[in-house]
Amino acid sequence: MPVDTTKDDQTADFPSFTPVLHNRVDSMPRTKIELPNIEYLSILDEDAKLDKALEPKIAPETLKTMYKYMLLARRTDERMLLMQRQGRMGTFPQSSGHEAISMGSAIHLGKTDWHVPAYRELAGLLYRGWSIETTLLYWNGFEEGAMPPEGVNDLPVCVPIASQLLHAAGLGMAMKLRNDNSIVMTYFGDGASSEGDTHEAMNFASVYQAPVVFVCLNNQYAISVPIAKQMRNETIAQRAIAYGMPGIRVDGNDVLAVYVATMEAVERAKRGEGPTLIEGLTYRFTPHTTADDPKRYRSDEECALWTKREPLARFKKYLVAKGVYTEKQLEELEQELDTMIKASIVKVEEMAQSEELANPLSMFDYLYSDIPPYLNEQREELKKHLEQVKNSTNSGVSPQKASAH
Amino acid sequence: MAQMNMAKAINLALFEAMERDDKVIVMGEDVGPDEGVFRITEGLYHKFGEKRVLDTPLAESGIMGTAIGMAIYGLRPVCEMQFSGFDYYAFHQLECHASRFRNRTRGRVTVPVVMRAPYGGGIRALEHHSESREAIYAHTPGLKVVIPSGPRNARALLHSAIQDPDPVIYYEPKAIYRLFKEDVPEAMETLPIGQAQVVRKGKDITLISYGASLRPTLEAAELLEEEDGVQAEVIDLLTISPMDATLIIESVKKTGRAVVVHEGPRTCGLGAEVVARINEAALLYLEAPIKRVTGFDVPIPYFSKERFFLPDPERVLAASRETLSF
Repeated sequence: MPVDTTKDDQTADFPSFTPVLHNRVDSMPRTKIELPNIEYLSILDEDAKLDKALEPKIAPETLKTMYKYMLLARRTDERMLLMQRQGRMGTFPQSSGHEAISMGSAIHLGKTDWHVPAYRELAGLLYRGWSIETTLLYWNGFEEGAMPPEGVNDLPVCVPIASQLLHAAGLGMAMKLRNDNSIVMTYFGDGASSEGDTHEAMNFASVYQAPVVFVCLNNQYAISVPIAKQMRNETIAQRAIAYGMPGIRVDGNDVLAVYVATMEAVERAKRGEGPTLIEGLTYRFTPHTTADDPKRYRSDEECALWTKREPLARFKKYLVAKGVYTEKQLEELEQELDTMIKASIVKVEEMAQSEELANPLSMFDYLYSDIPPYLNEQREELKKHLEQVKNSTNSGVSPQKASAH
Repeated sequence: MAQMNMAKAINLALFEAMERDDKVIVMGEDVGPDEGVFRITEGLYHKFGEKRVLDTPLAESGIMGTAIGMAIYGLRPVCEMQFSGFDYYAFHQLECHASRFRNRTRGRVTVPVVMRAPYGGGIRALEHHSESREAIYAHTPGLKVVIPSGPRNARALLHSAIQDPDPVIYYEPKAIYRLFKEDVPEAMETLPIGQAQVVRKGKDITLISYGASLRPTLEAAELLEEEDGVQAEVIDLLTISPMDATLIIESVKKTGRAVVVHEGPRTCGLGAEVVARINEAALLYLEAPIKRVTGFDVPIPYFSKERFFLPDPERVLAASRETLSF
């Protein structure tokens, strides 16, 4: 609508459009755009009360597998914490409490499917074939810990927040382009949902209808920042609406709910109907990493409340009630896993001393397919220097004084 | 005078800067009630509240991009990137915008923003938590890059960075956050950005370093004196961009020999720039080729082997002896 700029009460630069806008609103009532609703799914609640109508039919052997890897992850995580406190393990992010989301989703993956973790999906990683040894090596400062087991379509844990989601989208796009009937399962946290990469990954996956299942481990804290300071939206799942993909929130401590929601997503992806966003509501009842002190930012009461809701106890009750395991079998399983973990620790501490793993020159050997001449010179330089240091018995210098703490 | 470590000195500078100028705000991940993962923002949230200390959503590009907007509006944002290994998300905003606004608006729009980040190895941290990629920022026209080496200069340089009219990258060598204490004067002080310092006088060889590498360099200088009777002059760059080439060249004209020490990778690292500046201005004064003791051209190894990557006194000593006996 043209604006009369000759009138005194209007400036040429900033004419007022208010009356015009007002008229439009009056004459053209706004219409409502219908959008999907966001559902919440819970099947086995914190008191192990089962919603029978929603209970999935899972073979007892599969249930056993799920529980076994969840427990193995929990016990390994607890043992790693102990080792960290003893100075035998580096700083690491604990995975305790996240086993249901990880395992309830990874269980649907077949051999040609891809598993793209963030860093709290220990249960899924162990299930996919990563060894306890590899896990211990990674968090103890050995590159060998990021090497996927042979024939396993997994990417290693991804420390830079949210960046792995784009790789997952790309894997899914490639599957789509090549008409392969595989899918990708990828993971991220509530904090990661704020990164631009998360938006880009979901948009790409949706635009190309890539077979990707985005699984959010919403543990309600990005280190110290509670979800209420991270976002104004009530759920992360509702962001799916914006990307034109289905989204659902599930009780992330309920392995059955995770199982059902991710199964539906996997089936949809396999039918060529594109990505899904699944938000598992859970809680990190441990610190963010072993370097973090959660007392600074949350109450003991809150933590105790959510610790009670953790996923293993209710799943265990369910399995016993169903007759999948007896109490005695569960005890035996726990002992068996603990023995396995202990053996792995002994093995890893030996491996760490081995020539192959302790050799610093390996830092040069995997950067490119062929080592370029200038890099080989640097390799020789370090080799020569290490020999000189070894030979000089009285230089009086202790290496790394500057960084000894 | 009060004795304090570098972490405390940086915290003190933030506190002082916020007290004297209410336009100074601190923003980043976990800088509020958690007081930063290295506790550098200790007490700030309590004292200045949530309008001056912003716990942001987890998004480094978001932090830097919005800081640019706030700086243009007239605030003085000091952004904390939790670890330098994650500031690449912010790099786009720095390279395409923070560093260019003044130039492309012919001085009309300016971006007085500071990006602080802990950087470097030596604390047995996990992957992506130990990088030294300061050269990326030094390579970016329009940015200034400051790297303290101890409590007193850390506090003074942070004041200078916050008061600077242009974007400043303030990289904190995290290995020395709490490694040693130093006297820090009661009165607030600044240090000019772009000025290096001679931290040890000598006449036989010039050792140039900055950040956490300064300490092994100084140790090597002591050993050269004790074991070889050599007097090494040691220069602490303090600002790596714009670099104080004048001081380096003066020293090298006197000594005729130089070794550059840093933990970032060698290729296109700061050492390469130092060597080029010396060659351009003092080639005929040189008695020996200049050596570089640096991190290797590989990602810093995970912590079980990071000590082999980081320059140590022995490597500096060996390189100095080669230079001296050339």
